[in-house]
Amino acid sequence: MSIGSLIDSRDRSGRAAIRRTAEAVASGLIHASGWAAILILAAIASFLLLNASRALGEVGLLTMLTGDSWYPTSDNEQFGFVPMMAGTAWVTIVALLTAVPLGVASAVYISEFATGRVKEISKSIIEFMAAIPSVVYGLLGIALLVPAVKDILGLDTGLTAFTAGVVVGIMVLPTIVSISEDALHAVPDALRQGSAALGNTRWQTVLKVVLPAASSGIFAATMLGMGRAIGETMVVLMLAGNAGIIPGDPFVSVRTMPGTIAAEMGEVVRGGLHYSILFATGLVLFAVTFAINLAADLVLERQRKRWGR
Amino acid sequence: MVNANTGSFELEDVSVAYGNEIAVAGVSMTVPPQAVTALIGPSGCGKSTLLRCLNRMNDEIGGVTVGGTIRLDGDDIYAKRVDSVELRIRVGQVFQKPNPFPMSVYDNIAYGPRTHGVRNRAELDAIVEHSLTRAALWGEAKSFLKKHAFELSGGQQQRLCIARALATEPEVLLMDEPASALDPISTQQIEDTIAELKDSVTIVIVTHNMQQAARISDRTAFMLRETMEAPAALIEVGDTRTMFTNPSDPRTEAYITGRFG
Amino acid sequence: MSRVKRARMMESLAKGIMGIATLIVVGIALFLLGYLAYRGAPSVTWEFLSQAPRKAMTEGGIHPVIMGTVYLVLGTAAFALPIGIMAGIYLSEFAPRNLWTRLIRLAITNMAGVPSIVYGLFGFALFVMSMRLGVSLIAGALTLACLTLPVVITVTEEALRRIPRELRQASMALGATRIRTVRKVVLPAAAPGIVTGSILGLSRAAGETAPVLFTAVAFFAPMPSSPLDQTMALPYHLYIMATQAVRPAPHVVWGTAFVLVAGVSIINIIAATWRSAQRKKIKW
Repeated sequence: MSIGSLIDSRDRSGRAAIRRTAEAVASGLIHASGWAAILILAAIASFLLLNASRALGEVGLLTMLTGDSWYPTSDNEQFGFVPMMAGTAWVTIVALLTAVPLGVASAVYISEFATGRVKEISKSIIEFMAAIPSVVYGLLGIALLVPAVKDILGLDTGLTAFTAGVVVGIMVLPTIVSISEDALHAVPDALRQGSAALGNTRWQTVLKVVLPAASSGIFAATMLGMGRAIGETMVVLMLAGNAGIIPGDPFVSVRTMPGTIAAEMGEVVRGGLHYSILFATGLVLFAVTFAINLAADLVLERQRKRWGR
Repeated sequence: MVNANTGSFELEDVSVAYGNEIAVAGVSMTVPPQAVTALIGPSGCGKSTLLRCLNRMNDEIGGVTVGGTIRLDGDDIYAKRVDSVELRIRVGQVFQKPNPFPMSVYDNIAYGPRTHGVRNRAELDAIVEHSLTRAALWGEAKSFLKKHAFELSGGQQQRLCIARALATEPEVLLMDEPASALDPISTQQIEDTIAELKDSVTIVIVTHNMQQAARISDRTAFMLRETMEAPAALIEVGDTRTMFTNPSDPRTEAYITGRFG
Repeated sequence: MSRVKRARMMESLAKGIMGIATLIVVGIALFLLGYLAYRGAPSVTWEFLSQAPRKAMTEGGIHPVIMGTVYLVLGTAAFALPIGIMAGIYLSEFAPRNLWTRLIRLAITNMAGVPSIVYGLFGFALFVMSMRLGVSLIAGALTLACLTLPVVITVTEEALRRIPRELRQASMALGATRIRTVRKVVLPAAAPGIVTGSILGLSRAAGETAPVLFTAVAFFAPMPSSPLDQTMALPYHLYIMATQAVRPAPHVVWGTAFVLVAGVSIINIIAATWRSAQRKKIKW
């Protein structure tokens, strides 16, 4: 009896053939879906580039990146990105100054000192913050922070880069806490025990052993937080004031790159130069966040390899 | 259906390599039908690797190449036209740790037959009952066929896995240390089941428990990896009683008298 | 003071500072939620949930806005779940360990970091313009699906990897193909993790504003009767109400915000509870 003829006779019906075909189709679909991410990412890049091509051709990337005024609708239209790049920079700086110290300190506390219920509850509350939509953060900012900033700092308006930055900082806190905590968690306990056995206190162990070992992960957390802050749209649209000046400090109204796209896209002529310019803005935003995320990812990858997980 | 005189393996100069590293080399032996053949040897000697060649489970691990010839009832199982799926209907396997599927006892056993096209409820009922009876679990299991398999004890789970493997009516059953994760009473039950089964199915069992090999097997093969650099090899194969009372190779004698391993 | 004593003091000090930082973070979260509930919860009545807005949004409810968001999320699920789950299966069960697979993973993590406004631009260019779907429910759902895809892929892959290898081996040793093993054994066992993770991803899509800004929404539109209609949506509605010069009644604004956050939270909590109950039932 040869093996070829040994398929169970019960499976020799037409159904088996149908099933084999179905499996081949399913297998094909699964393999194709595997490529979806690369395909979409490539599509994003090409559609941005395609729609930005008129701007890149007529105005030029260098002129846009170095131009210091943004008058998209005046007769003598000018499309300089510097005001909004500076605005985005201020918002991002304030956001990171808010989120990184608080976030990393919380991550250290949760990972190294907190135990039991305290750890569990604070982790889930912080995780929960990530579920609040950005537009709600914007509303809360308008209601709570904008008047406070205006009154306490004695400004003409509470809609400033500082206001938006603080709220964006609160928004990226969960990202920074959870990724830093992962990095701390990934440090093997053997290192902690080794340090404790040498007579170090828990804090000395954290400072001398755990934090240095987790530093690349914490750096990556900061990078990812920065990427999110740069790309955040609704909060800056609602809180930064959208003034087209080049800000020297964060306590003035600023315009940001995502905010500009969101605010002006609805009003431009489809296919016009201004329209194309907004796609060019999106392209710059995409390139910058892509580079930041890629760097963070490479850092995290190295950390994973290092601890073998 | 089971055909007397089928389910014999002939291995000729079989070798296994993981990538460039040769793990097992030069194994030639026969596995007689309707008998229990035990593969013994210290851990890391390639017993399980060799076992997995017999149903081509090594195919599922990337980068494994098998050399030499393995014939099941005279047919080369590594020939191009052989589908590993068809082979595995004939050669079942029971694993070290009980690994029931997360579904009911009934669905666990019906899994194999359903996979190979059995849809008829009455036919499935009969297969389930027959397989559980052969695995000596019917008496206990008939009352909880609809229960989730995870609610069974470890020993019951392992006998369920044996029943599951028997449901496709294989000629050969491969067992990779099937009792090593179980308590002594469950181990006893598994051994009794094996003794019952060997009249109808060829069994190849990997064990590093020599007493177990002596108790249950008709034939024993002793494998050894003599140095870390050398591949594992077959040292001696023969009738179990002869091997344990009068081994021909000094290394076999050293192992079974407990001088190493 | 002895060295040990000083080290102990430093430890207490450091622990105190970091404890306070944690308290601040947790405190901010609780305060914001509490404030939202305080302002928003009282306006949530049955009338608010079940009626259309009246008198320029100063009276009546937000029913069509809620339904718009529900439709958008259902549409997102219809596109993101099949592709995302299949891609997760590919990565966990089929992908070879090579450069391409590494690139795919890199693409997935980077997709998750693309700003939502960029998805909005992309969705507008591809779905609204090139595919001529117009500003519509379906264009918005497709855009949100792109944004949700990396979440679905990642949670699917993680859920599948939790399933012990022995189960796959048992199935294949019975002569099942890889596909059948996935469909009959691995996927059902991983379902709780996949469903819950996907729901978390979809609830994030429910709160997104920027991607639907130019692809799907209008401030005032009738209930969509086809996928090609424009729709209202909670986040966009909230944005317009919060920033327009002439503001509608505050209770409508805060009520809308509360409905959005409460809806997202309730779904998240139910999903997470269900998953942990399932995981307790089945321990590997």
